[in-house]
Amino acid sequence: MKVIEEGLGPLLQPIEMDAFRASNRDKPKGMVDKIMSEAEAVRTFIHPGDYIGIELYGSVRCPMSLTREIVRQGIGDLRLAGQGVLEADLLLAAGLVKALDITYIGLEVYGVSNALRREVESGRVERCVEWSNAALAWRFKAAAMGVPFLPVRSMLGSDTLRYSAAKVVECPFTGEPLCLLPALVLDVGLIHVHRADRYGNAQIDGISGFAAELARASKQLLISAEEIVPTDQIRATPEKTIIPYYLVDAVVEAPFGSHPGEMCYLYERDEPAIKAWVEASQEAESAQAYLEKFIYGLPDQAAYLGLVGERRLQELKAMVPGRMS
Amino acid sequence: MSDLGYNPSELLICSAARLMPDNTTAFIGTGIPMLAASLAQKMHAPNLVAIFEFGGTGAILDSLPLAVGERRSFHRAVAASGILDIVETAQRGFVEYGFLGGAQIDPYGNLNSTTIGEHDHPKVRLPGSGGGNDVGSHCWRTIAIMRHDVRRFVEKIDFITTPGYLSGPGVREAAGLPRGTGPFRVVTNLAILGYEPESKRMQLLATQPGVTVEQVVENTGFELLLADEIESNPGPSAEELRLLREEVDRDRLYI
Repeated sequence: MKVIEEGLGPLLQPIEMDAFRASNRDKPKGMVDKIMSEAEAVRTFIHPGDYIGIELYGSVRCPMSLTREIVRQGIGDLRLAGQGVLEADLLLAAGLVKALDITYIGLEVYGVSNALRREVESGRVERCVEWSNAALAWRFKAAAMGVPFLPVRSMLGSDTLRYSAAKVVECPFTGEPLCLLPALVLDVGLIHVHRADRYGNAQIDGISGFAAELARASKQLLISAEEIVPTDQIRATPEKTIIPYYLVDAVVEAPFGSHPGEMCYLYERDEPAIKAWVEASQEAESAQAYLEKFIYGLPDQAAYLGLVGERRLQELKAMVPGRMS
Repeated sequence: MSDLGYNPSELLICSAARLMPDNTTAFIGTGIPMLAASLAQKMHAPNLVAIFEFGGTGAILDSLPLAVGERRSFHRAVAASGILDIVETAQRGFVEYGFLGGAQIDPYGNLNSTTIGEHDHPKVRLPGSGGGNDVGSHCWRTIAIMRHDVRRFVEKIDFITTPGYLSGPGVREAAGLPRGTGPFRVVTNLAILGYEPESKRMQLLATQPGVTVEQVVENTGFELLLADEIESNPGPSAEELRLLREEVDRDRLYI
């Protein structure tokens, strides 16, 4: 295949599909109890310098309790697949990110991320390699397929491609230019789900974002779940199991694990709590004060929820449409 | 603008809503496009299929999503899948309209939402492409919604996050982007703009109420082509404003 153009960005994670196969072969295939706390899961599986990825956005079905634990343990020099809102912001504000495969890090309706701005403009984040949202998800899909790249028609002609690590080739079938996206295998992936059993069989309600792809692109996969259910309940609706147990290395019971974000059908997003971060993140000093109050100064997710308050949590549940409060 | 009886956001929303026909598909992002899609559903386009990037297809936009993946983006939708199903659907040509925004736009409709200044040492680091590049690559027609001033409408943008017509006619296709796709309209607080078919450069189609052609030209940082006949875009009607204020954005989150 003739290469027409190569992105300037480096591959932040090497493409080693046989090593990925070997690591998948080594995973336990028996039904092993994987229940552990956030602290144990993060301490066991995430190491300084790892390449990590987090599924969906910091305001929607996002593993915020696991993210807060990474911040609490101060695991740094991370390479991050950066499609994020609050979770990416917290890692950035804590100074834990060294390089980004970035598609979007911002605060959606509340605008740009000042944590991202501070870390990138100061050079503390050493590399930003650009992608589109779908490109990053397709890179997970390539890894999930076990192949080194996927051909797509996104990113062509743009500076997004120029500053990515993609390549443009002449399609061997049609002769047209085609963008090849390199597979992205994560050292550790993090996904928050509605329910899982002790072994890691996990189910999601509503849209599934890119959970299926990210789960299958992760060497180690940490699942947090609103609810731990008996395996019989999983077996009653197996078509809902988007992540089968053998992909999973840790299962963390995390009610309100997405707070201040939402979990569809269970609780709404906590707007004042999201705004508290939006405001705190404007300046480095106030961002640190936020991290102190909501993360460093607290031992765990239970203490965090205690600070939010049971009454507020019940209000967020009652705000779900159609729910009898 | 208060003497006109509406604010700039309401003008942008109503202008964008009128561009969405019934029985078509539109890739909807958070903010003004969503309000516009909701208004269009209530006015003239009850069968407008709103498509949200993270998996919602055909939501009924009774209340406004604050994030592209939240539950309102698939409220009473016909399907709830995931991002790749949605973008692959666009890549197969099923999605007619797509909405875009950015910090800068150039005469060919290329958009920047990545960096101001040099990429590796930016003066301002913006959020990045997000779904913008995918929408701009695969939707048949894209509509950019922008605030209109010389800092945003520039001859050369710092970074082409999302491809418009790139540097002129035929360049998208030569780059491998799907044939027959590209920028369609730009909706601003001052004007409705399109693209001259031969040169693919931006041209003024209509002015917003109370705005002169000269004002549009003055606030555009590149040479703006003028359509043979420049129309006046009507301001929001009483019915549009009523729906917008009483139904679409009851809680006044955006307007």
